[in-house]
Amino acid sequence: MAITVKVVRRPEEGVSYLRASLKGMGLAFKHLFRKKVTMQYPEETSEEDWTISTRWRGTHRMLTDEQGKPKCVACGLCPQICPANCIKLVPGEDEEGNRIPLVYEIDEFRCIFCGYCQEVCPEEAIHVGVHFENAEYQRDRFVYDLERLCGQTHTESSLWDPSDPKGE
Amino acid sequence: MTPELKGYLLLSSIKVVVVFVALLLCVVVVTWMERRQAAFHQDRLGPNRVGPFGLFQPLADGLKNFVKEEVIPYQGDRTMFLLAPALMFMPSVVLFAVIPFASPLPISFDFTLPLIGQFTYDGALPMIVADLPIGILMILAISSISVYGIVLGGWASNSKYSFLGGLRSAAQMVSYEVALGLSVVAVLILAGDVTLPEIVAAQQNGLWYVFPLILGFILFIISSLAELNRMPFDLPEAESELVYGYHTEYSAMKFAMFPMGEYIALVTMSALMATLFFGGWDIPFTTWDDGNPTVLKTLATLSIFVFKTFAFIFTIIWIRWSLPRFRFDQLMGLGWKVLFPTALGYLMVIACGIWALESLGIEQGPLYGLILFGLNLPFLVLMFGVLDSGRLVTGQHQRRKAAN
Repeated sequence: MAITVKVVRRPEEGVSYLRASLKGMGLAFKHLFRKKVTMQYPEETSEEDWTISTRWRGTHRMLTDEQGKPKCVACGLCPQICPANCIKLVPGEDEEGNRIPLVYEIDEFRCIFCGYCQEVCPEEAIHVGVHFENAEYQRDRFVYDLERLCGQTHTESSLWDPSDPKGE
Repeated sequence: MTPELKGYLLLSSIKVVVVFVALLLCVVVVTWMERRQAAFHQDRLGPNRVGPFGLFQPLADGLKNFVKEEVIPYQGDRTMFLLAPALMFMPSVVLFAVIPFASPLPISFDFTLPLIGQFTYDGALPMIVADLPIGILMILAISSISVYGIVLGGWASNSKYSFLGGLRSAAQMVSYEVALGLSVVAVLILAGDVTLPEIVAAQQNGLWYVFPLILGFILFIISSLAELNRMPFDLPEAESELVYGYHTEYSAMKFAMFPMGEYIALVTMSALMATLFFGGWDIPFTTWDDGNPTVLKTLATLSIFVFKTFAFIFTIIWIRWSLPRFRFDQLMGLGWKVLFPTALGYLMVIACGIWALESLGIEQGPLYGLILFGLNLPFLVLMFGVLDSGRLVTGQHQRRKAAN
């Protein structure tokens, strides 16, 4: 179909230019005294406006067991599946012969927050979290080590909509 | 040199420095005011982090502009490119020289400095930088120089956007200059003088010229908006179509000179509106400020003058954030088909009216003002009708006729 142009004629009856302009100025003046919508973000925060989805994939956290040790068994699946190659894992053993991660670091700059690590984890140890306030003063602070990952307290992402089991 | 002359020169140079610094401070305040007010019109808060209420934001911007890299277009005209910001900035500063900003200040001193000698001054010091006998004519003459800054800046940048901006500003400022000048002439006839202190003195009896010359004031405010390149006539800049027009290619402090010049011109034009039509530094409803000069009176009249000036600046910023930009042919149509003939006819009528009133022997006073106000009414109704129908501005009438 050929492109057609619809020509809209200017209205000829009941037009008003100056009156409309003055009306607009009146409206602009009224807005001077309206309540401002700006939220002064770092000082002011709002709980009710900021409910983000439970599926949000933010910075990681490592879940811990009852003794406060990380649940991770250093199986090596998460560095294997990570498409951004941002997880550094050195496996080892503790005194009782359990496999533990000696080094577990996630470079949050390289991470693309796909959530595959959470999906692949057999122990449900590593999670992406519902969290977005990550600002730091130094670049190297963005490499999260094991201690830091365990120390995060935000809720972990559900990845899929719980009400839609088909998604999983 | 006599001690009196030396005292006079000393005071004059102090006045020059004080007024210059005050104007630059005004730029800071007006920049802040424009941004905050724009935000308030749009239900935002605007810059409020640097200093109390964000007042130091323009200083931070200035600092940023000083340390930024300067880029000069490789194929542009270097000399003109460097000259243009100065040409834009200087005339607007010079304009303020002839505007009286307070009642005279009584001052007297007599002291002797080593090597330079004795300085004396005794009497009322007029609060005006240069009381030129040509007064308002000097403003009309100098204000058109700033168009050179814009045109040269646009041309020397060797950029299409800048060039179009320069072209537009040349056409716009030349055509609105006419209406601006004609709308002032009515004031000059009524005051019988071209110097601004005399115009202020003529309004001291309480009859501000906005009342008998209401239409002249409207014409003046419209054409000064065009003269200042402010919305709704900011076609030379037109950030949405010309990428800021004539100063697209400028950077760092040279870029800042253009807005600074514009803001100083804005302050000057607002001060001029206050002086010509709203009694200058005259305090309304009292004759207390007319008598012998005292320091208190100077301060009071100065604050009244600043208040009036900023009221106009507020209005102009308010207009900017309410009205959309004109199309170029609409701009020219408004200038040449509406404002110019109206101003010319209005001038005739006012001149005849004043001549008739003076032949009848009516003194300047309420009756005088009322009669002149009556003369304004038919023009007001006519102009309102013509502008409101949009006929002359849009040109749709002619286009429809041509189509049929």
